Amino acid sequence: MTTGMTMSGWGLILIFTALVALLAKPVGRWLFALYEGRDTPLHRLLGPVERGFYRASGIDPAREQGWLAYGLHMLAFQVVLTLFTYAILRLQGVLPMNPRGLAGIGTDGAMNTAIAFVTNTNWQWYAGESVLSNFSQMVGLTIHNFLSAATGIAIAFALFRGFARHEARTVGNFWADCTRVTLYLLLPLCVVYALFLVACGVPQTLASLVEAHTLEGAKQVIVLGPVASQEAIKMLGTNGGGFYNANSAHPFENPTALTNFVQMLSIFAIGSGLTWCFGRAVGNTRQGWAILCAMLILFVAGAGIAYWQEADGATLAMAGGHMEGKEVRFGIAASALFSAVTTAASCGAVNAMHDSFTAIGGLIPIFNMQLGEIVIGGVGSGIYGFLLFALLAVFVAGLMVGRTPEYVGKKIEAREVKLAVLAIAVLPLSILGFTALAAVLPAGLAGPLNKGPHGFSEILYAFSSATANNGSAFAGLSAGTPFYNGLLGVAMWVGRFFVIIPVLAIAGSLAAKRHTPATAGSFPTTGALWVGLLIGVILILGGLTFLPSLALGPIADQVSVLAHTGF
Amino acid sequence: MLKTFASALRPALVMTGGFALLLGGAYPLAITAAAQALFPHQANGSLIERNGRVIGSELLAQGFAAPAYFHPRPSAANYDASASAGSNLGPASAALAQRIAKDAAALRAQGYPDVPPAMVTTSASGLDPHISPEAALLQAPRVAQARHMPVARVEALVRAAIETPLAGVLGENRVNVLRLNLALDAAGHAGA
Repeated sequence: MTTGMTMSGWGLILIFTALVALLAKPVGRWLFALYEGRDTPLHRLLGPVERGFYRASGIDPAREQGWLAYGLHMLAFQVVLTLFTYAILRLQGVLPMNPRGLAGIGTDGAMNTAIAFVTNTNWQWYAGESVLSNFSQMVGLTIHNFLSAATGIAIAFALFRGFARHEARTVGNFWADCTRVTLYLLLPLCVVYALFLVACGVPQTLASLVEAHTLEGAKQVIVLGPVASQEAIKMLGTNGGGFYNANSAHPFENPTALTNFVQMLSIFAIGSGLTWCFGRAVGNTRQGWAILCAMLILFVAGAGIAYWQEADGATLAMAGGHMEGKEVRFGIAASALFSAVTTAASCGAVNAMHDSFTAIGGLIPIFNMQLGEIVIGGVGSGIYGFLLFALLAVFVAGLMVGRTPEYVGKKIEAREVKLAVLAIAVLPLSILGFTALAAVLPAGLAGPLNKGPHGFSEILYAFSSATANNGSAFAGLSAGTPFYNGLLGVAMWVGRFFVIIPVLAIAGSLAAKRHTPATAGSFPTTGALWVGLLIGVILILGGLTFLPSLALGPIADQVSVLAHTGF
Repeated sequence: MLKTFASALRPALVMTGGFALLLGGAYPLAITAAAQALFPHQANGSLIERNGRVIGSELLAQGFAAPAYFHPRPSAANYDASASAGSNLGPASAALAQRIAKDAAALRAQGYPDVPPAMVTTSASGLDPHISPEAALLQAPRVAQARHMPVARVEALVRAAIETPLAGVLGENRVNVLRLNLALDAAGHAGA
């Protein structure tokens, strides 16, 4: 076992980052075809399915919606989907494919899980292999891994249209966007991806368990199921909800270093492509590259710090190379890198237990989430979240030079800036508000496993994860209580839809505006100056807002480790 | 606004039903059928059978404790393949520091000259099937003694079992404990 930083560790991080950048254009081109509603080669095969869905639903995909109708149709879909999964989880005991006779889930737990999967969060208060039947996993959960991803991309498309269109009243048709993304992007990719995972060792069976008799005569009960089909969309759709409790650290979900690398790439693939798609949609791919560049700089900084700390940082027990909560087949570099990827995106899958990371190694995931997961980010949610910061950045630049700010051919005025601030303010309000509540109420204080500042970190991590729709955890927290199920459920819903609605309102407001051609006085939004400004605005907003909370948790943790004080 | 929401209910209900059939039914079932046809060994959990009995999965750790077998990393899940888990103890956890110090002392008492970090830390899943080559070689004298085999012979089995990083970058040098123990048994000297 290599401990300490190595050349191959840094090589892994840099090769990975380069591949993410290389994926942007090919994935982006495919996304752009779907954005425009053009036919793809897959339409021959899946076109009849698409048209069948529209016919049965009474939808005319060519009839576009204004931002409000787009949002209301999206919301109606989410409410129905939430109730659908709530019902499946409650009724698990009487539904088929349940040979182990697992009981239905309680009200608070079922509602929490339904919201968790609808909002693309996949927060899991339960251990999948001990609580859920194969039917619940397949029908109750896998469906959301597709549809919450498709919904995120649909919202991003609506916002792109807001920038791209001039004096328009509509931003697209929600049903058409959602259906096309599911059928022509997510589903075909997942078919190939799932079979690749099976070939590498991920189980895919309808059997539920098998009993093994070990060489030493002990009995081992092995839970199996349709794991690969869920695993593929779990990563590609930045969902993160594992079939097993240990998620992508479980050898059945992530059996080799190769599957681990592909899983990390698949978390970022669509988010990276969306930056290119945005640039293409607004008529200048350099706009997309500038965004991707800012994202990747923030990403490499976070991943690098995490790797450095995990390889060389201290814990109370050891001086460096801490392997508690990590798997040998991944080692330290791939564990630290995965933690940065999964929290930069809104995935939340884990291949190591973040709770056992070094103090600063564990700070990086929390900070990534608190920035709103805009570093590549969740599919769709990453780019629309990032564009909110871009609006604030041009606003700041406009204040400095005393001109009305413009961005990709649109004047950014008070209405857009107010809406952007409204959406961004959801994060601190929910994260810090709920954390403060849980840190003083007895029901909240009953949750943490670890004592001292790390116990506070567990609570802070939970609400950062829920609000940012990540779903990973400092898993020592016992969150399967009505108190946490309730509050985290609210945090997930608010963190998803209280951001989406202002984003759609911005889309509608921008779409109605005239095109403003760039002049010599316009602030350029493609060069290094712009990238620097973006990073500055993101770090100052994120850093200043959350620094005090981080000081109480991970930073206090680090100080006590350095002082050799345990809890 | 309420009217728009109401008009969205039909597509919302139909799409939920349709996608449940397609994504929750047809998709996983089709993948299952293809997986069972193309990769039956992997699709069913990479199980290893001996004399017609399943003895385990090559991907999952088992709690070997006898001196004649190589031992895996400690497990916070007690090697329960129906309840994976890590310890989740944090960087300043006194409980973790005490546990590691105690386990390291016990290993040294067993004659380990040097304790590799991975052998006193629990994995993320509790089912980590691998140990490092160093951790395996350190156990070789104990295993050899228990089996009355030459140490060199056991060490050769360990070296033959070492898996190396893919393309030199992906993964770590590692040894699959169950496969190594099977190779030991196959080498002719039955286990404890």
